[in-house]
Amino acid sequence: MSGKSGAFVAVAVGLLALPAAAQQSITVSSWGGAYQDAQRKAWFEPAAKDLGITIKEDTTSGVADVRAQVKSGRVTWDLVQQGTNGCILLEREGNLEKLDPAVVKTDGIPADMKSDYWVANLVYSNVIAWNTKTYKDKKPQGWADMYNFKDFPGGRSMRRSPMYNLEAALIADGVDPQKLYPLDVDRAFKKMRELKPHIVAWWPSGAASAQLINDGEIDMIGLWNGRVQAVMKEGAKADLTFNQQMILADCWAIPKGAPNKALAMKAMAHMLTPEAQARLPLHINYGPANAKAYETGIISPELAKGLPSSPENLKTSFTLDVKWWADNLDAVTKRFDQFIQE
Amino acid sequence: MTEAANSAALAAAERREARGLFLLCSPAVLMIAVVVFLPIGWLFALSFLNEQGGFTLDHYARMLHPAYTRSFQTTFELSFLVTAICAALGYPLAYLMSQTSTVWRALIFVCVLFPFWTSLLVRTYAWLVLLQRRGVVNVWLQDIGLIEAPLRLVHNFTGTAIGMTQIMLPFMVLPLYAAMAAVDRDYVKAAASLGASPLKSFWQVFFPLTLPGLLAGTVLVFVLCLGFYVTPAVLGGGRVLMWSMSIERSVAVYSDWGAASALGVVLLVVTLAILWIMNRLFGVERFIGGR
Repeated sequence: MSGKSGAFVAVAVGLLALPAAAQQSITVSSWGGAYQDAQRKAWFEPAAKDLGITIKEDTTSGVADVRAQVKSGRVTWDLVQQGTNGCILLEREGNLEKLDPAVVKTDGIPADMKSDYWVANLVYSNVIAWNTKTYKDKKPQGWADMYNFKDFPGGRSMRRSPMYNLEAALIADGVDPQKLYPLDVDRAFKKMRELKPHIVAWWPSGAASAQLINDGEIDMIGLWNGRVQAVMKEGAKADLTFNQQMILADCWAIPKGAPNKALAMKAMAHMLTPEAQARLPLHINYGPANAKAYETGIISPELAKGLPSSPENLKTSFTLDVKWWADNLDAVTKRFDQFIQE
Repeated sequence: MTEAANSAALAAAERREARGLFLLCSPAVLMIAVVVFLPIGWLFALSFLNEQGGFTLDHYARMLHPAYTRSFQTTFELSFLVTAICAALGYPLAYLMSQTSTVWRALIFVCVLFPFWTSLLVRTYAWLVLLQRRGVVNVWLQDIGLIEAPLRLVHNFTGTAIGMTQIMLPFMVLPLYAAMAAVDRDYVKAAASLGASPLKSFWQVFFPLTLPGLLAGTVLVFVLCLGFYVTPAVLGGGRVLMWSMSIERSVAVYSDWGAASALGVVLLVVTLAILWIMNRLFGVERFIGGR
């Protein structure tokens, strides 16, 4: 009798516990579109399965969203995707939860791509690409060739932003890519005067940069690797080099006051494992932030060739110092806007 | 019924009708209050607040930087240029429409309205395809041997002006045509019968009568140009920084609604000031529907 009722209680408790366990969920916010689709396949679905939780999704358009949530005191996101410059800003403003290093393991992720409050989760880069009809025999090797108008005559394009432009100018002027920061702003602007007359267009968006190289409107361009690789796949007469690529990253962070932050950290840790990281490039043209992903055997050597963070491509690269930019973006952007309008 | 009672009843009926009309209007009034005036008021307030919510004039002080003053100048230069070209092209076109046969008029109307109904973005990209280095225009000019190297027709001020002119032209032609169609032909005939040459009767009779249409079109085009975003962003090659693009940049780069709001307030105030001055000088209000 007592055994029977004991079993009954156990079943009853089990039934009660079941929905409680199924209710464990977190809300993740990212950039949407093909980007988030890839994250879902590579990260969200496996993490939800392994941790036995539900991952709800939302989309963000930048740091302002996180600021607004934290400020209003009604935080609905447990995990949010931002650019590393956004993560730094949010960290400085005190809008992020500190990560528990015992839960979120970040070995394998380069030191300049993480802090106590955020971790980079994928890597892309700003590379040099060119029109293969214009430059047939000699290929551009680095930013000095972007400024070499004698050997590489033709129209140029760079992003309509001081970011990347200042770095490119300084490298072309002879500064060692590993010793760029803090940037010598005056020297960079002086050098950029050489480039300016050759600029056909300062591209405002990734889509515009792809259009410029695809239509043969320009002969050499600095743009995001994924953009030029996409048009090359569709047959554009273009090629790129990862030489002197400027490494950029996006990151995970937990907004201050997130309702399920403990669970969010577990999910974050799951998505940062070498295996999860290695799955991402199978779905979209971004490299894993965790260097150990290349040792898992999931990424084929063929695929690794096209990824900015592969050990081979990283050799001559440098990482954009988003901390420097967070400090200087406002002033330098004003100066840049003046420069392009002169 | 006495006359006094009668007039009292009439007045009451009038009040009732006025109330009824007001009630009928109220959804629209409420809508405008909620979707136009409320956000503008909020925008105005935001432009004086810093991130901590305190009062600040920083967002306005920022605009004294040459990056902003230059952008302001560009916005006005481009708007003046496009308005002038629209007037120069639109007047003869509208004149042709008003003078030609019904069939031709219908044909021209279709040509004016068809682009008007096409998406602005589509037309802007069409210009990009036409004007770029390996675009239709350059290839054609090179084929007939008129030029050797491709002209830089786009990604600059020129391309932006061409694209904006095409997009703005209907806003000039339609009010002009309306004004011209309303001109009584007998006036021109009377001038001719009194010995005026065709040129003189045009300038002294026809043109002054169409001036209201020209002014309405000018104001419409100019004001729309001031806030233009898409076409300069696509055809300007990053060089043509319109005021509207500075607003977008403030939000995207600085994630700062205050700075963007201040820019918006300045654009709004300047636009209203222009409208007010035009109204003072020419009585524009009469031509665009006011009493």
